[in-house]
Amino acid sequence: MPPASPAVQIDGLVMAYGDKVAVDGLSLEVARGSITAVLGPNGAGKTTTLETCEGYRVAQRGTVRVLGLDPQRDRAELLPRIGVMLQSGGAWSGVRAVEMLEHMASLHAHPLDTAMLVDRLGLADCGRTPYRRLSGGQKQRLGLAIALVGRPELVFVDEPTAGMDPQARRTTWEMLEEVRADGVTVVLTTHHMDEAEHLADRIHIIDRGTLIATGTPAELTRGGHSATIRLVVNRPFPDGAPESLRRELGPLTEVRQLDEVSMLIHGPADASTLGRVSRWCEEHAVLPQTLTLGQRTLEDVFLELTGRELAS
Amino acid sequence: MSAPPAGTAPAGARPTGTFTPAPGGAGLGRMVLAQARMEARLMLRNGEQLLLAIVIPVIVLVGGVAAAGRLGSTFEGHAPVDLLTPGVLALAVMSTAFTSVAIATGFERRYGVIKLLGSSPLPRHGLLLGKVLALLNVVALQLVVLVVVALALGWEPSLASPPTTVVGLVLTVGLGTAAFASLGLLVAGALRAEATLALANLVYLLLMAGGGVVLPTSTYGAAGGLIQWLPSGALGEAMRSTLVHADIDGRSLLVLAAWAVLGALLTAKTFRWE
Repeated sequence: MPPASPAVQIDGLVMAYGDKVAVDGLSLEVARGSITAVLGPNGAGKTTTLETCEGYRVAQRGTVRVLGLDPQRDRAELLPRIGVMLQSGGAWSGVRAVEMLEHMASLHAHPLDTAMLVDRLGLADCGRTPYRRLSGGQKQRLGLAIALVGRPELVFVDEPTAGMDPQARRTTWEMLEEVRADGVTVVLTTHHMDEAEHLADRIHIIDRGTLIATGTPAELTRGGHSATIRLVVNRPFPDGAPESLRRELGPLTEVRQLDEVSMLIHGPADASTLGRVSRWCEEHAVLPQTLTLGQRTLEDVFLELTGRELAS
Repeated sequence: MSAPPAGTAPAGARPTGTFTPAPGGAGLGRMVLAQARMEARLMLRNGEQLLLAIVIPVIVLVGGVAAAGRLGSTFEGHAPVDLLTPGVLALAVMSTAFTSVAIATGFERRYGVIKLLGSSPLPRHGLLLGKVLALLNVVALQLVVLVVVALALGWEPSLASPPTTVVGLVLTVGLGTAAFASLGLLVAGALRAEATLALANLVYLLLMAGGGVVLPTSTYGAAGGLIQWLPSGALGEAMRSTLVHADIDGRSLLVLAAWAVLGALLTAKTFRWE
């Protein structure tokens, strides 16, 4: 195994359930020692992709290599080196939280100190609570502890902060950053933009099973435009509104109608643009209810690429 | 396990951080023992499973002996307790190896436990070995409790040939456990958890009442000829041969072995891990 091989390398992965294609020719790479976010709406194929890397599913077409190994053929060699946090479940209903963590630790050669994990992840209060009585956030934190306890080289975390309160979310982010600093590669799926923007060194946006954009958060949001104006009005736009607005704003501007009352405008970010948008509204007898100028966000990137909102 | 040294972390990583990678599985033996301890603990913690494992067999034994005593009956010249005890031991094996294993495994699938363990260093054969060890552990505990109760009720096992009895007992418990556990896993691996729960309990009740476990197949009249080929009838008969007659019932043991092989083959073909 060449030491420089990427942590994860996926080439042309195709996965289908019956005639429903979940992953459609996906190719992507994860560099060692990075936090990589796989971002996409529900049903984009994130979990299927992760589960193929973890050896749960056999790649129907294409190849998947994790730490240079084939998750199927080299399963026995690979599994001790990765940590997995499932999206949900994974423990007996009657097992106590700490008991479960200690059990998973006992399957590894050099596990982390479970008391440290319990303390850091705030699980001390519920250490003797049966799994079925843990809150959603407590289950998530236990799941993260389980993924890390074997001191893996690479962890896959599926929606790590789903159902967590803001405090627990920050704790989780801090821990994942520390994990990266110690040389562990982190692959996380999320449909939270802020999570990806805050944590990830690199983001792969997938939709309908294909990679539609990839880059650092800065690269993705820099884009070709200086700013985004979001316009929401009180009643439906007249026919031909986007074209008419583009004529008003000039050739450097892109206008995209999202639905009958909202538009996204990319173009030069200056006061005169805002002024002209509001003048155009006046002329067309629509009243702006939202008119905001902001830096392009990942949300905008996703919207531009797919025409749909990400968070749903 | 080929755990690479922690030094394979990328350049720039802190040399000895809290999370610095040091991956590797514990040895197979240690993993299997840990898994067995965990599963046995969970089984013994579960009230319903204890009911099946200990309480029902004790009630059957005490109730059966008391009822037979009131009727003043003996079975084929044997004291009721001498004939009922082997049957109740067989019942205990069946309850844990079949019903408890099926229900526990069904819910492990449902709750994703098997899935999570599938990403751990514990291989699938290790998981299976752990289950078998936990199962044998619980069965041994059941047998100890039931033997103590039976002795208190005046049970006198045949001492005609202690070595034969011991060998027969080990073979009967081993093959009976294997046969019923493979059938329990077959049910758990194919059906939903709720359906497994219902079916495992139903089959248990039917076999307890009419499967030749507690009472000799000879007491079932014409049906006895058929019942002795069931795993329940074979287990009951093998247990009685050993403990009542100090004899090894080769045919019943073969029947159990055949069920074990059949169950294992079908399970291997049909078991779905999630």
